[in-house]
Amino acid sequence: MTAISRLSHRTSRHVKERIIESILFLAALVSVATTLGIVYILVKESVVFFNHVPLWDFLTDTQWTPLFDDAHFGIIVLLSGTLVSSAVALSVAIPLGTIIAIYLSEFASARAREFAKPVLELLSGVPTIIYGYFALLFITPLLQKLIPGLPGFNLLSAGLVMGIMIVPYVASISEDAMRAVPMSLREGSYAMGATRLQTALKVVFPAALSGVAAAYILGISRAVGETMILAVAAGMQPNLTWNPTESAATITAFIVQVALGDLPHGSVGYQTIFAAGLTLMLLTLVFNVLGHWMRRRFSERY
Amino acid sequence: MARKDIGEIRNIIVRHKRLDVIFGVVGLLALGLGLLTFATLFIDMALDGYTRLTPDFFTEFPSRRAERAGILSALVGTTLVMLVTACVAVPLGVAAGIYLEEYAPRNWVTDIIEINIANLAGVPSIIYGLLALGLFVYEFSLGQSILTAGLTLALLILPVVIVATREAIRSIPSQIREGAYALGATKWQVVQHHVLPYSMGGIMTGVIIGMARAIGETAPIITIGALTFIAFLPASPLTGTFPFLSFEWLQSPFTVMPIQIFNWTSRPDPNFHANAAAAGFILVLMTLTMNGLAIWLRYRVRRNIKW
Repeated sequence: MTAISRLSHRTSRHVKERIIESILFLAALVSVATTLGIVYILVKESVVFFNHVPLWDFLTDTQWTPLFDDAHFGIIVLLSGTLVSSAVALSVAIPLGTIIAIYLSEFASARAREFAKPVLELLSGVPTIIYGYFALLFITPLLQKLIPGLPGFNLLSAGLVMGIMIVPYVASISEDAMRAVPMSLREGSYAMGATRLQTALKVVFPAALSGVAAAYILGISRAVGETMILAVAAGMQPNLTWNPTESAATITAFIVQVALGDLPHGSVGYQTIFAAGLTLMLLTLVFNVLGHWMRRRFSERY
Repeated sequence: MARKDIGEIRNIIVRHKRLDVIFGVVGLLALGLGLLTFATLFIDMALDGYTRLTPDFFTEFPSRRAERAGILSALVGTTLVMLVTACVAVPLGVAAGIYLEEYAPRNWVTDIIEINIANLAGVPSIIYGLLALGLFVYEFSLGQSILTAGLTLALLILPVVIVATREAIRSIPSQIREGAYALGATKWQVVQHHVLPYSMGGIMTGVIIGMARAIGETAPIITIGALTFIAFLPASPLTGTFPFLSFEWLQSPFTVMPIQIFNWTSRPDPNFHANAAAAGFILVLMTLTMNGLAIWLRYRVRRNIKW
């Protein structure tokens, strides 16, 4: 083989390598394109929406009746449903998730942990529509026996089930944070005669606090974006309320309700779901960024 | 005096040890509560729906009469949508994962891609539905079709596949790569002959977990406007004439399992709730099997590979 043909072989090899690298790079860019697509679509339709409805009305109106003749667009009505159901969910998920995380990280044997972690993972794999069915047709009738007069659709049962759904998520991230606390801290605590619980609550938990807080915040973002449980069990009637025993639509449930009906492309009703979606996106973005920022902080500490 | 102190200290120790035991029990209870809820959910669905779990249930179309309704169109729809999702998400996700682990230079472009993937994983699924409605259904005029749904779910699970691929690739020691380079292999040869085959188990785990998530997703599919009442099947992908393959089914309207369940759950007639329970039971079985398979696969990969 002459030197020239050997060299030309090299170039073809090089070209092929370059092409493959570009293809792989393009595949990686798809995620950026997705984000840009989401922002583009949400902003584009919302801009048209805010030409019809002033931003001030959107933020301050206390009625949400976009499909009526006398249309009002007060997002606070949907926001109240979202916030109340999320609050109920978190009041279940945070205590349960934290206790499970402390238990798995500090108390359980390695074998129990090996068993419990996959089971928790299985739990988080259950489709949310199934949880919705469970909330509407099992938990609500149960709650109606405890709280007479509870309506068939209510934020309470949807929130409770949503909380159970988020528990594995909160528990798993918190546990990771606690396990990242160096052993020497625990050993120091034990050497001073502290019990497991004292070590867990007074040494490990504070040391892992930013990671645990990140777990809570990511849990909130999950709850705020949850759709099917609420659409099935909390009803679709917009209702400005802070009372979990009432029925109320959330931002997500409203989007589902509109999508189920037949709204012509380009109508104000159609654009409304994009404005609602933009609100939701901004809300979860704040929590996600905060959560990731806190998570990064704790991992740099030791 | 000194005695009394020791007695007090002993009391304190006993008290704290008791608290320790109590917390152990509380922790077990909390864990048990999660499991109990899941068991209740599973059993409740089985009890509500078992009367409907007959062979006919799998071969009938939805109907106005609850006793005659079945999940045939939903099962077929789910299968076809998953097919599209897998065909899009797996190559894209694996390629992106390979790029980020093996090729990407340390610069701001890479940083942006990485931050993006982390953020996308936290975007609520219904937002993907809005993206698909605005982009796929109207801007690209793909309609409310199997193709649109498959693409939407593919974008949704892309972060899962990418993260799993990256983790699998990262666990391969660099000696393997160095050995191949020393023998004159190009970067792609290293990837193709060593990195990809060795990380296959981990990638498969991620793909299965992603698909299990996609199979249960309801919100984005409702948002793109999938119909809830479909009494026909999409065109068959196999035809009798040349070229024997048809892609007409990609444009077909469809329904999927979670939407069928949603539709039956939201009807006031309790007879339909039994249908929802039966279909839900099947859906849970499907996702449980897939997740279980993924967990088992990961366990096997971890046990078998010793570098």
